[in-house]
Formats: sequence, structure tokens, C-alpha cells
Amino acid sequence: MELTGAQILVETLIEQGVDTVFGYPGGQVLHIYDALYGAKNRLRHILSCHEQGAAHMADGYARSTGRTGVVISTSGPGATNLVTGIATAYLDSVPMVAVTGNVPTHLIGRDSFQEVDITGVTMPITKHNFIVKDISELADTLRRAFVIAESGRPGPVLVDIPKDIQTARHTFFSKAPQQPAPLKPKSKALNAAVRLIKQAKRPFIYAGGGVVSAGASALMQFLADKIESPVGTSIMGLTAIPHDHPLFTGMLGMHGQFAASKAISEADVILAMGCRFSDRVTGNKEEFAPGARIVHFDIDDAEIGKNVDCAVGVAGDIRESLSYLLDALPNQPHPRWRQYVETLKSQNPSPEMGNGIHPKALVEAVYKTAGKNAIIATDVGQHQMWTAQYYPFTRPRSFITSGGLGTMGFGMGAAIGAAVGNPDRRVVLFTGDGSFHMNMNELATAVSYGLPVVVIVMNNGALGMVRQWQKLFFHERYSHTTLHRATDYVKLADAMGAAGYRMESPDQIASVLNMAFSAGGPAVIDCRVDIDEMVLPMIPPDGSVNNIILN
Amino acid sequence: MNERHFTLGVLVDNKYGVLTRVSSLFSRRGFNIDSLTVGETDDPAVSRMTVVSSGDDHTLDQIVKQLLKLVDVRNITVLEPDSTVYRELMLIKVKAKAGKRTEIMEAVNVFRANVVDLAPDTLTAELTGSSSKLDAFIEYVRPFGIEELCRTGITAMSRGKK
Repeated sequence: MELTGAQILVETLIEQGVDTVFGYPGGQVLHIYDALYGAKNRLRHILSCHEQGAAHMADGYARSTGRTGVVISTSGPGATNLVTGIATAYLDSVPMVAVTGNVPTHLIGRDSFQEVDITGVTMPITKHNFIVKDISELADTLRRAFVIAESGRPGPVLVDIPKDIQTARHTFFSKAPQQPAPLKPKSKALNAAVRLIKQAKRPFIYAGGGVVSAGASALMQFLADKIESPVGTSIMGLTAIPHDHPLFTGMLGMHGQFAASKAISEADVILAMGCRFSDRVTGNKEEFAPGARIVHFDIDDAEIGKNVDCAVGVAGDIRESLSYLLDALPNQPHPRWRQYVETLKSQNPSPEMGNGIHPKALVEAVYKTAGKNAIIATDVGQHQMWTAQYYPFTRPRSFITSGGLGTMGFGMGAAIGAAVGNPDRRVVLFTGDGSFHMNMNELATAVSYGLPVVVIVMNNGALGMVRQWQKLFFHERYSHTTLHRATDYVKLADAMGAAGYRMESPDQIASVLNMAFSAGGPAVIDCRVDIDEMVLPMIPPDGSVNNIILN
Repeated sequence: MNERHFTLGVLVDNKYGVLTRVSSLFSRRGFNIDSLTVGETDDPAVSRMTVVSSGDDHTLDQIVKQLLKLVDVRNITVLEPDSTVYRELMLIKVKAKAGKRTEIMEAVNVFRANVVDLAPDTLTAELTGSSSKLDAFIEYVRPFGIEELCRTGITAMSRGKK
């Protein structure tokens, strides 16, 4: 069958099992959009307001479904607008294929209209990227892009397709998508891990996003039960274990739970799984868990020994490693350690609630209204940390947040992507007035597609997290963090075709949430939060649990 | 940990952009490149890079692991000094007025260099060998005045079977 390059792109996407793409048309992707028009019954396209939004949508779709997110944009500014979205996916290891159009090959390098070297720009933020200069290589390049995006440690791949390649014709035969083979861990490393774990008196499992993305949450919990090990997670690993699991101590790190930070600092063996010992988790690396020997399991060999030294490194698929450990390890009860960790948990401080709407009360009320099936997205800042701290997660892949890059403006697009990929589940976005102002344009997208995303703006009139740092570390010199904005979120929502609500006191929480969740379409809640409310506990940057600020 | 120099033989796909991918990986992760040479191998689909870098064992471990993640990188060998042949090529143009030439020619002979160009005021020599040999030659002729100098950077290969 002879097709144009644009048609080959569309057919290859369908062949790879893609049902939805996110994107924005433009001059150098007209042929691609024409092919999408021809295939509109087989491939759904979601039109964003801005290419950045489309990239975050593809990301939110991928995080929530586990399938590769696909985004399409035109050349030049369309392509550069994807950059933040691609970098966000890269830092959180999210599988994504970004397709950009480019000027015809004979115009490349001449500073043509809307020309940019997007493969050069995205080289450090993609697993790999391609520019296709030969129509005969187009289909296989796209197939390879999917294999790279999904295999090993997932991540974004960009394929740049010049216009003349989109119009050139070539034969096309559909192929079955390739299933990446699991990377088997080496038995020598696994045996060393078993020996070390057998000696553990105070084991601690530190789970990251890799456990969630590998679908290894249940196996990890079996192991925790078997060796009676408390579990703490990075923000990316939060949904790897239900909030009420008896061995769960909470999130680790800068804004983690006291019990989690204290327990890991006193562990003698740390089982680190699918995580990278980010500075936000470890704080000062010299003072981090000084008495612990670390067994590091990761699909990416380069993570092992990158940020901290480990006693044993096991590179490979975490499911394979966990299955092996579950077979090889006997039951290892640690009643005294368990008892001690329980005592630590009872020492977790509770925030003072005050008279206004406390974020904890709000987050817990949202859980009651939204139910266990909900998918929770956030932007970046204080609201993100409060959500991470207080939301009772129960299902893997139900927390969509920019953990690595910390992208303000991520949430609106990501929530839409999650809603598109999970039409039977409720999607809630917690955002702040700072983050929401960055990409609230995409509310229009939620309205266009009738996606019932509930947007909760924790409105404290400030860039709260930066303000908190200014309060704690810059002598309350609030440089450009107080937002003198007159935005009326209720009118804004109304003007954009969404429902808008205001929530000003604790007694309104339940009723406003009920209204917003039954609005039948996108809803925005302007929720007033005290400007001086801080995210606590906090371990100051480069500090340790010994410096933890509790209240 | 101890800082040291190490040499890597890196087999890569012979495609455009590969040199950029490798060199930008070094710069964005804060690894040094002391020297980098690249050329096609007997298989035109494969190029070989010789990268000299420096750092401690942790840096070396990270360089190898991060490079292996690049899709275009096929294989990496850490070349051990004891079992590796290192070569570098240099072209050096030295001021050589009539009275000084004999002295310079002595050095050329001792260092087993070749004279590749002779002009009324200058002499250009070609010199191959280890980097320290090239350094020694430079120091010897420096007092005569160096007009131009060009070194290729190290290329290296392990001895015996690969």
C-alpha cells in the first residue's frame, strides 16, 4: 500500500496502539493534520490551547494509563513550546513520543520561517530524538521511537518530520508493535542483596516512581510484609502503597513525614527501589542514613551509585528482582523495630487548624467527595506538598505531579490528559493561584471536550512556596511573591464556559465540593487559604532529620 | 578519591549528530573532556571515538554508564594504560633562520620526527607518538619560537586481541 509520509505517521501510530493524540496544528504539519482528518474515526485528536498544554496532556495521559502519550506540534515556536513538557516527562521518566513538523529538507539550516533545530534543542531532555530525512525510514523510525520511549527506564522521544517527508510517498505495511523484553537483573547481584537483607535488623524500603511505573506496587508490599519493613516513598512513589498500609510511614524528604525521615535515618539496611536519591529526598548526603547499607534496585544502571554509594546495586526490572527476593527470603519479623516505628508515627505532629480553610481539611474533604477511584493532579508549590502529605492515595498511578522538574503550569494539561485517558474516573486538579495563572488557558480545552475536571485553586494571594523560603531563610523579605492580582476565578470560569465557585470558610467546604463535583463539566473552586500557612514538616535544604522544622 | 586520567574507546553509530550527543552529555553532566578524536572504522556504519577524560572512580563509572544509555553508543572499553597503545599526531611550525636549523634538525632526528615543509624562515615537522613525547619536543623547540602548532588529540587501542 503506497501512502504519503503524513499517512504513514498516522497508520504507524494506530499500529502502535495509539488511540489518542494531543496537539496543535500549524504550517509545517498541515499534511499531518490532513491525514488525521482522514483517520478521525480511528485516531482521536485533542486540540489544546498551547503546545505546552498538549505536551502536559500527553504526559498526564501516559502517567495515568501507563500507555505512551503522543503529542504533535508544528515547527519553530510550536516545537519550542513543547520543550517544558518534554523536560517534565524526561525528569519523571514518562513514556512520550513527540512529533514535530519541520520546514522542507532543502530549507533546513537557512533560518527559514518557523525553522528551529528542535532535535538540537531537545537532545538533553529526550531519551533520544530523530530527524527523518528519508521517507523509507519514517515508519521504522516511529516504531523505534515507541520502543525507546517504553523500554528500560521510560522517557520522551522526539521525531522531527520535515514537510517534504510528509508529502513523499512510500509503501507501508503494518507491523505488530514490539514488546520490550524485561531487563533481567543479574543473579549475582540478587544473591548479594538477599545476603544483606537477611542480616537486616532495621530494614527500610524507600520506593520511588519506578515501582509505580513498573506495576510492582503489590510485589513491593508483599516484600514489606514478608521482611516486616517499614516503607517510605518519594513523591513519585506515593501511590506505590495505600496510605493506610500498616507499614507505610509516609513521604520522605524535605516535606516528608517526621516518622519516615526518622525511620530511614535509623535503618541499618535500606532497600531503595526505582528511585534516585534526589536531593529533595536525601538533604545532606553525608548525614543521610549514616548507619545504613543501601541495596539499590533500578532499571537504569546509571542511577546505581550516581547520587549515593550503595553496598549492592541490582540493575534490572524491579518486578523480576522482587519476585526473586520473595522466593529467596524467609519471613523476617522485626517486632521491636516495628514497634519503634509505630512510636515514631504517633509522634508525627498534627498541624494547627486555625479559623480559615486549612489545606489538610480541604484535601481530606476532597477525598471524601471524589472517592477512591479519583485521579489527583497537581501543579507545583505548597498546594502540591499539602496534597502529597494529606491525600489518602489508594491506587497506583492516581497521583499526577511534576516531581523531578517541578513544573508550575503542569497541572491543568496533565489533568486533562488524565481525564481523556480515564473517562470513567474522576479527575481533580489541586493548584495554586501562581501555578494556575501559568496555564489556565487549558481550562478552555476541558470545556471544549466536556471533561469534568474539578480544579481547586488554593488561593493565598502569593507564590506560597517561594514566600515560605523567604520567610524562613531570607528574613521575610518578600520579593515579588505577593500577587496583587484581581482575578475573579468565578467570573473567569464562567467566561470560559466552566462552573465557578468560591469557598471562603471551613463550613463551606462540603457544600461547595458537592456542587462542583455535580456540575457535570469542568469546575473551578476559588479556595481561600491563609497567606502565612506553611508546608511542614520541613527539612531545610542540605539539612537532615536533625534539623527538621516541625512547627 | 583520587583524580586521574582515563581513556575510553567508544564505538558509535556513524551518523550525524552523534559527536554532539556524546560531547553534550559530557558538558551537561559536568565531566571533563581532555581530548576527543573520532573517525570511521573498517565498518563504515561504525565510528570509533577515543575520549580522554579525568576524575575519580565514581566519575569514570558514571561516564561509562551514562554513555551506554545513548542510543547511538554501541560499546565502550576503558583502556588500561599498561595494555594500550596511545598515539597522537602533531604538526609544528618552528622559526628556523639559517643559523638555527642544524640545532632544530638534531631534535627532529632524536624525536624521530619528519620535516614536511621547509621555508626560508620556518621549518614544519610532523611528529607521532605519546603525548608526553610531543610535549617534550614542544619544550625543546620553544626557545626557537613556535609559529603554529596543531595536535590531533589521542587515539588509542588495546594491545593484542580485542
